[in-house]
Amino acid sequence: MGKKESSLLQLILSLTIITCIAAIALSIVYLITKEPIENSQQKKKNDAIAQVLPDFKGETKEQKILIEGDKDSVAVYVAYQDNILYGAAVETYTDLAFSGRFSIMVGFDNEGNIIETQVLQANETPGLGDKIDKEKDDFPNQFIGKNPTQLAVKLKKDGGEIDAITAATISSHAFCDAVQRASNAFLIIKQNQDE
Amino acid sequence: MEYILMIIGAILVNNIILAQFLGICPFLGVSNKISTAVGMGAAVVFVMTLATLATSIVNTYILMPFNLLFLQTIAFILVIASLVQMVEIILKKISPPLYQALGIFLPLITTNCAVLGVAILVTQKFSTNIFDSVIYAISVAIGFTLAITIFAGLREQMDLVNIPKGMKGVPIALITAGILALAFMGFAGLV
Amino acid sequence: MNKIKLLTNGLIKENPVLVLVLGTCPALAVTTSVFNALGMGLATTFVLLMSNMLISMLKNVIPDKVRIPSFILVIATFVSIVDLVIQGFIPALSASLGIFIPLIVVNCIVLGRAEAFASKNSVFDSILDGIGMGIGFTFAISIIAFFRELLGSGAIFSHKIIPFDGILVFVLAPGAFIVYGFTIAAVKWLQKS
Repeated sequence: MGKKESSLLQLILSLTIITCIAAIALSIVYLITKEPIENSQQKKKNDAIAQVLPDFKGETKEQKILIEGDKDSVAVYVAYQDNILYGAAVETYTDLAFSGRFSIMVGFDNEGNIIETQVLQANETPGLGDKIDKEKDDFPNQFIGKNPTQLAVKLKKDGGEIDAITAATISSHAFCDAVQRASNAFLIIKQNQDE
Repeated sequence: MEYILMIIGAILVNNIILAQFLGICPFLGVSNKISTAVGMGAAVVFVMTLATLATSIVNTYILMPFNLLFLQTIAFILVIASLVQMVEIILKKISPPLYQALGIFLPLITTNCAVLGVAILVTQKFSTNIFDSVIYAISVAIGFTLAITIFAGLREQMDLVNIPKGMKGVPIALITAGILALAFMGFAGLV
Repeated sequence: MNKIKLLTNGLIKENPVLVLVLGTCPALAVTTSVFNALGMGLATTFVLLMSNMLISMLKNVIPDKVRIPSFILVIATFVSIVDLVIQGFIPALSASLGIFIPLIVVNCIVLGRAEAFASKNSVFDSILDGIGMGIGFTFAISIIAFFRELLGSGAIFSHKIIPFDGILVFVLAPGAFIVYGFTIAAVKWLQKS
């Protein structure tokens, strides 16, 4: 192929044009997909709230709580029924997981007892660590009814009363960490409430 | 302590090749000899550290403030590709022996998914913490070197062994990699 | 040149995953279930098709020296588009494929076809080549996923068809390597006979 030797200007020009077109095309697609992405994330969140607070009907109020010493804040969806605190769904996370951060939704009643947990986003190993999902294993059901505001949730090997998932101690430990973070955030909300 | 755990975790427990499946192409492609495997590993340590530093800076100071996260993939691959080119040119000028050693591996690294993979992973894992990101990238790259070197050692031995005809070459290499991955799973109890 | 041959080339004779051993990362990482493998395969096919098409159209415009960066740019654009569309419309797939969608950019198959085929051939031939390679890729990773899901959890498409818990190791990392290895050996054997 006898292509002509291109000048520097031509090289820069052609790369710039391609970059510009790429950026424009991407921006258009971004604008089109922005709404569906937000909707699907919102829907996922709402579904999770409904699942961890099964008997609560109505709107929740979102509050961000940053616990001292943590990197990021957790979102607390506080549920009021007739102006009385009914409970809350807390979107919590952990950085102690096996592969990256995972986030779960935890539902509490007004005393801080755990109603239900739901995995929002996790990349744990299939067949092992992904048993933190209650559809795959009984592990998360151990948390139901526990009150971490009074007694911290811990694995048995750390002196607590939770049985770890076989061969997935890291994920189990991380799950406890996430639940405890949620509970601490809920406690802050509750204390603000009582004042 | 936290850093020691993170480093051990990235090297042994969550080994990038054997547990996360990133960088398989060079893992299979340049693992015939220990010497080339070590060379590739060194080049990856070098590039991955620089690339993660550059992409985290781009992510923290350009993409996040302007809300341009949807351009992450394209921005990162451009940064990595130009960085690799730049490293190649600079090495050629200032350190010909180093260029001799690493040079042939550098172009291959642009399409090494481990580099882009780690650049994206650290933005999810550490968000804007550039220091942690770089430490993690170095550990991951050391894990890569470790895995590819062990694997090259195994393959060198395998050349001398009588293997069923159909299994020769890639199939037996993959199965060996599987057994190696099994062995690395034993490290899970460490952290 | 026989057009059908172009299409079937990637499917069997030069199957990217099973014969050329390219694109191995997704072949190992997303093959824990057939659903994931199909999703990944279709996403990659789309990128292959579009980038092959555009690159063969632009092959006379792009200066030779900046060929590779331009290809990477084109590919990265299509990958980002696929990523956004999947996030918006198939959130379940986006959750399970995660980081491997953006990593299509560095899938050696895509850049390899752009450089080896699309930059030298006509637009129509490049489209055929893209489709053929894409389907070949999808087919190969679906087969690997089929065996891994079947052996690992006794299910296909998450439907239990064998009443046993499965051999866990096949869903985990080691199983991926082993199943992939045996699949390549089987293909080699089939090609000979």
